This record gives sequence, structure tokens and C-alpha cells, in this order.
Amino acid sequence: MSFRKINDDILRTLQAPGPLYFAGLGLVLAVLLWGIYGWTHQIQVGLGVAGYEPPILWAVYITNFVFWIGIAHSGTLISAVLFLFRARWRTAVARASEAMTVFAVMTAGLFPIIHLGRSWLVYWLIPYPNERGLWVNFRSPLIWDVFAITTYLTVSALFLYLGLIPDLASARDRIQDGRRHLYRALALGWRGTDRQWRHFNSLYGFFAALATPLVVSVHSVVSWDFAMSILPGWHSTIFAPYFVAGAIFSGLAMVITLLIPMRTLLHLEEYITLQHFENLAKLIIPTSLIVSYAYVIEFFIAWYTGNVFERGTFVDRASGSYAPLFWTTVVCNCVIPLSLFWKRVRTNLGALFVISILINIGMWLERFVIIAGSLAHSFDPAEWVGLYRPTWVEAAITAGSFAWFFLFFLLFVKNFPAISMTEVKEMTAHGGATPSHSLEPSS
Amino acid sequence: MSQIHILGIFDEAPKAAAAADALRTDRLGDVTAYAPALDHGIDAALGPGKSPVRVFTLVGGILGCVLGFAFPIYTVLDSPIITGGKPIVSIPPFVVIAFELTILLAALMTVAGFLLLSGLPRVGRGALYDPRFTEDRWGVLVVCVSERADAARARLTQAGAEEVRHAGG
Repeated sequence: MSFRKINDDILRTLQAPGPLYFAGLGLVLAVLLWGIYGWTHQIQVGLGVAGYEPPILWAVYITNFVFWIGIAHSGTLISAVLFLFRARWRTAVARASEAMTVFAVMTAGLFPIIHLGRSWLVYWLIPYPNERGLWVNFRSPLIWDVFAITTYLTVSALFLYLGLIPDLASARDRIQDGRRHLYRALALGWRGTDRQWRHFNSLYGFFAALATPLVVSVHSVVSWDFAMSILPGWHSTIFAPYFVAGAIFSGLAMVITLLIPMRTLLHLEEYITLQHFENLAKLIIPTSLIVSYAYVIEFFIAWYTGNVFERGTFVDRASGSYAPLFWTTVVCNCVIPLSLFWKRVRTNLGALFVISILINIGMWLERFVIIAGSLAHSFDPAEWVGLYRPTWVEAAITAGSFAWFFLFFLLFVKNFPAISMTEVKEMTAHGGATPSHSLEPSS
Repeated sequence: MSQIHILGIFDEAPKAAAAADALRTDRLGDVTAYAPALDHGIDAALGPGKSPVRVFTLVGGILGCVLGFAFPIYTVLDSPIITGGKPIVSIPPFVVIAFELTILLAALMTVAGFLLLSGLPRVGRGALYDPRFTEDRWGVLVVCVSERADAARARLTQAGAEEVRHAGG
């Protein structure tokens, strides 16, 4: 494959989109408007329009927050962790996954603000003395979240942007329409000199090395929002690895959900091959098994410790009002992914697409059952309220969050190279070998 | 003595690396290579060793870690309210803040180091820059005194340059 063909093929994806793209864009805009309407209504009327009912004061919004943060994780896994492991196949899918990470964190970040009710007081979370002359409570996991999420958003956005710079320069040198001014500004005057490449190589390696522990810390901190409390169903020491594995599991499924249509619509079959999907599916298997193990261990510990409250919560989870949701979760996250042990399933895009959506449904329900289900079955039987029923406002905002995420992704793939041209060139130059970015540039 | 900029354009990376190596070995002037992707051959021919970006990362990480402990400790001493029966200065929770700020400042300083060392952002790409350098061509630019221009041109041509251009002089 020649370097010119790589430029031609990938920059061609930035040409004017067809009617299908605009139809998709129109649909997500319509859903987003519904979500904005729901949030506006909530701001006008108050948080009471959400279905909160004591003791369930964390429900759909916090579920969405955890879900979207989880979605973000596989992007970093693919772009940073697989980079450090020199997994050469990541090249074709890394850019789209990194973009997905940034948009997912942007979506997740909305939910604590929406959940506040009085969203205009969000700046109280920023660590400086607020109107009461107090600082934030640094011992609270909620403020750790602020640090973790803002760091994650900053680092993942920079990782995406900096990796794009050489490709933005290619777009600047080729594309003649009005966007060339944008590419010129964003490329920062990149010329591809030996000095720039040497420092870029070092930068990329360090970012991968920094993003890897960061991604593990972010979902650990999110899990501690729950695990640091004493509520049965939340108070568990396995929450951090359990949540991190679940995050990567759901994120990989979302990568597959996004890449299958993207590959077809942008005609990138030559670059994103069946082998890539098979590899992603192989990564889903161990993460699914870890999640399944965590489900089993939660029940085991509830029985083994002899704690009546813990045992009561888990008996209720499996047989009470949340049981249908819980068993759907088990089927989606533990049973269906087992089909990926068969190569025929891993290489069937239709099957993979359906499985990836089912996994995401399962992972959303898992968080909902953990969050609302545990609150619904607290210590005092007088407080047990059964199944939480979301209102139309929560449904609108949830649907709107998906639209918000897909809107950014749609805009990204039509305006920026969705595959890293420079990394594909590097691989081609090395006869398909691993891109030679490294922490130690050759000297 | 006037300075002259001579650029050779190549269709293969090894040819550009050979030209850069020859120009550097013969000390004919300051050599800069252009490439559409990272190339270790060129890096080996011109590379002065490890990129100092690492120093920025380290300094950023240390600063972030110190800040991550100093800031919460300062604030709890400023507003000493006991929460959850924990000590006013409770180090374990502050480790989380310090960890995140270590990563954040290390990343930001890495970016700053990269931009500073790479001469970015910059306006304009130079008179001899060819847009094909971001596509499928490699360039080797030598800035030398006019007396050495013929020797520099010869090295570029011998290495297989498709085209040799010059500016200045």
C-alpha cells in the first residue's frame, strides 16, 4: 500500500457526506433537542420531576454517569495500553476509540451537573472557598471524582489532539475547502521535521504511559463513590477492579457498535478488517469473565460473611423487584459474551453488532441495579420501596445523552481523519510490523 | 559569506536518510529532514539522542505530586472541620488527589516540552517546504555557506534526490 493511497483513502472520508449521514445527524439532533427540553423542564420545575423517592436519591443520572465513564475506558485501553504492549493491530482502530473516549467523558461529565438539580451551583465542586467561606471536602470520594474526571478529560483530549497533529498537517496540505483554515490553525505549523518527529515520538510514549495508570484510577475513584459508603450492595472492597473490568468490557462493546457502521459508511474496509473486530471480540471475553467472577464473588461474600443486611440485599437483588433487571444483566454480560469463544461468531459482523448492543444494555442495567437496587433495599425495612420508576424527564435526558455522544462522533468522523494516517504509513514502511513509536527513541 | 538553503526531495525514506547522513558526516551545514511518518533511519542519521521531553514530564510529575499534597493540607488547615471522625490532615484520601495531579501536571508539562522543543506553534512552513512532505515524499534541507553549495547539491543528487531546489545565497 503506497503512502499516497493511504492519504487518498483516509482524506476521502472528509469529503461531503451523503444523505444517510445527514439523516443520522438529523435523528441525533432531534433526540438531543428532546433531552435539552427535559433538562430545561427540570431546571424550571425542580429536581422533583425526576423519579427520586427517598431513599432512592441516586438513580438514572448517576447510572448514566457511571455508564459513560465506563464507555470511555476502552478508548484509552486501545490507544494507550495496547500501544505500550506493542499490539500492532490497534493502529486502525485507535483514533476512533480515542475520539470515543473524549466524547464519552464529555457526556459523563454532564450527569453530576444534571443530578445536582441546582446545576448553576456546579462551581461549588471546584476547589476554592465557596460562598460559605469553606473549601471542598477533600476526604470525600465525590471531590476525588472532580479531580479524576477533569484530569481524564484533559489528558484524553490532549492525547487525541496531539496524535492528530501530523494528520491535521496532511489535511491542511491537501484539502482546499473552507476547513483548511481550521486545519492550518490546529496543525500548529507542523512540518514533519526530524526534530518534530523525535519529540512527538517521545511525547506519544509518555502520554500512553501516563494515560494507563490514569484510566485505572478513574473508574476506581468512580467505584469508591459507592464503596466508601456503608450501604449493603455498595460497601465492597472488590468494587475498584470490578468496575474497571466492567468499564473496559462495556467500552469495547461500544467501540464495536460504532466501528461497524463507521467502517461501512466511510468505506474503510481495507483498513479496518475482520481481524480487528475479532481481536476486539477476544478482548471482550476476559473482561466478561472478570465481570462474571465479580458477580459471583459478591453473592459469595454476602453469604460467607454472615452479614444479614448484605445477605438480604443480595437475596432481594436475585429474587425481588429488581430480579428481572438483574437476570437480564447476567444474560447480557455473562452468558451471551460466551458465544465469542467461537470464531464464527467473532468474525460475523451482524452477530457482533447485536452482541455489542446487548452488552451495553446489560452494563447499563448492571449499574442501575447496583445503584437504585441497593438504595431500595437499605437497612430499615420501613424504607424499602421496590422498583424505581424513571420519569419521562430522565428518559429524555438519557436518550439526549446518547444523541449528544453520537453527534460529536458523527461530526468528528466527517471532519477529522478517523484513522491515523501517519501510524498506518509507519506500519506499511515496516512491512506491517508494529508502529515503532517507543519510549526510547533510537539514537 | 551568504547562507544558502538547499532542499533535496526523495521518494524513499532510506535515500533521504543516506543524504542526511552524508551531509552531516561531511559537515556541509545544518541539516533538517522532512518525513510523512516517523522514520528511524532518518532519526539515526540526525538524531542527537533521547528527546529531553522526558525532563519536562518528570518535573511536571514532581510538581503535581507536591501540589496534590500541599493544596489539600493547606485547605484543611485553613478550614479545620472534622468530617467522618478523621484527622484534619488525613493523608490516605489526599493520595488520590496527589495521584491525579501528578498525572495532570506531568501531561501538561509534557505537552509544553513538546511544543517548546519542536518549535510549535509556528506561522508559515518556510520557502522550500513542499506539501508532499505530509504525503509520500521525504525532504532533506541543508543550510550552508554558498561556497559549499555545490558539494551539498552533489550529496543530495548522489543519494537519489528526485529534485533539488535552493533559496537564498
